[in-house]
Amino acid sequence: MSIKGKAYIAGIYEHPARKIENKSLARLHAEVAKGALDDAGLTARDVDAYFCSSDAPGLGGINMIDYLGLTVRHSDSTNTGGSSYLYHVAHAAETIAAGKCNVALITCAGFGRRGTVARDHGADVPEGPFETPYGPVTVNLYAMAAMRHMYQYGTTSEQLAWVKVAASHHAQHNPNALLKKVLTVEDVVNSPIIADPLHRMDCCVVTDSGGAVIVTKPEIAKSLKRPPVKLIGAGESPKGQMGGKVDLTYTGAVRSGPIAFDEAGVKPADIKYASIYDSFTITVVMTLEDLGFCRKGEGGKFVMDGNLISGVGRLPFNTDGGGMCNNHPGNRGGITKIIEAVRQLRGEAHPKVQVRNCDIALAHGTGGSLGTRHGSATLIMERE
Amino acid sequence: MTTPYQERQIPAPHLNEGDAPYFEAAAQGRLLVKCCNDCKQYHHYPRLLCPFCFSDKTEWKEAKGSGTVYSYSISRASGPVPYAIAYVTLDEGVSMMTNIVDCDLDTIRCGQKVTVTFKTAEGGVVIPMFKPA
Repeated sequence: MSIKGKAYIAGIYEHPARKIENKSLARLHAEVAKGALDDAGLTARDVDAYFCSSDAPGLGGINMIDYLGLTVRHSDSTNTGGSSYLYHVAHAAETIAAGKCNVALITCAGFGRRGTVARDHGADVPEGPFETPYGPVTVNLYAMAAMRHMYQYGTTSEQLAWVKVAASHHAQHNPNALLKKVLTVEDVVNSPIIADPLHRMDCCVVTDSGGAVIVTKPEIAKSLKRPPVKLIGAGESPKGQMGGKVDLTYTGAVRSGPIAFDEAGVKPADIKYASIYDSFTITVVMTLEDLGFCRKGEGGKFVMDGNLISGVGRLPFNTDGGGMCNNHPGNRGGITKIIEAVRQLRGEAHPKVQVRNCDIALAHGTGGSLGTRHGSATLIMERE
Repeated sequence: MTTPYQERQIPAPHLNEGDAPYFEAAAQGRLLVKCCNDCKQYHHYPRLLCPFCFSDKTEWKEAKGSGTVYSYSISRASGPVPYAIAYVTLDEGVSMMTNIVDCDLDTIRCGQKVTVTFKTAEGGVVIPMFKPA
């Protein structure tokens, strides 16, 4: 059984705030839930499935389902870090295709500015004693992937910087973006090194915000007023250290991408717009290679000279400004990847960044660390 | 630019079942690696079941203690002193997360030959690390 054409994204909402004081986490989840339902033209009474990750307060989805007053027959609290919400869309589609729910609500919200949590997944993780003494944090793990990519393929800091530059060109048109200043390659490479070879501006922003998505079955989606966005392919795959055969030159997208493309029956060349998870500049370069937009090792060259800027380059990406400049709610950028892809397919992106004839779009999420273990999920969507 | 190595407070590891021999050997200045008696492959981090063939016949072997830097990064903003996290590929073929120590951190390079050394964490547990060969 395939999910192709069995589920539609009918509602989206991105919280406009980037810095939030004096609001509860539950309220933030509720605000984005209401926003997405309003966008779809549905109500909380219509929701019969709820999806959240570990950013939601409580035990799986149970506390938020109670708080929101939902009556659901399906819930899923898959946690693969920032990629969770792309997994959720795929799982919602599978559930809808199996006839087990009609309207799925997915929420993400968090206060990233209250401090990033150390990469400590608890005392019982088996790798703990063999990693924590060495001081692994998010940025130095991604930095090791970048360092190896540079060593093996000759990728440069200037090439990586183009990812931030392209995102900044888009963010200037987004009034809600945290960073709206247009940046140059020099701005990025002259910013302080955080963990060699990554500079401060190779990193995504840290924000308090959230977002939500409504996935529903075709009959309901087509009865609503919003332009229908059909899910046509989905793939997921985690990647780890492979028992010590460590290879930091590729991501889980090497598996999740082909699964999604095969299901959708399209090729990278058919993609008019791509939301690519951009925790760091290197994340984008490696993911583009692994999804087949260019050859392995040539991602640095691919992103140069504005090739990711809408209206300028071959592959417009993250036209909301992405995690690089716009929003990375609670250190989890997956939900906003889905949201901007849907805006593009509806023709509702900012006119300055709207891709012409945007009929097929891709969204990709990476959660965890490229340097150790990460979740990876690819969604392909079509305008109907 | 030079970034001299500085001693860093190393957090005490929380050991799980089966991990003790690795750290007991480290305290004696030896680096152990797990090897599978069925498929004959080394793996790391060490497990009770081989991650390649799922055999439970895994055994500690003493590594030569030499290897090459697979990748590394100098953390310049993640603590009171800069430090170099790395993956070192041992001569036995497996790569392990580690720190590169006892050198100018700015001279570290991918492909560099390194040799094992040992540093003590909080609580007295001894941790394998690497320095230029």
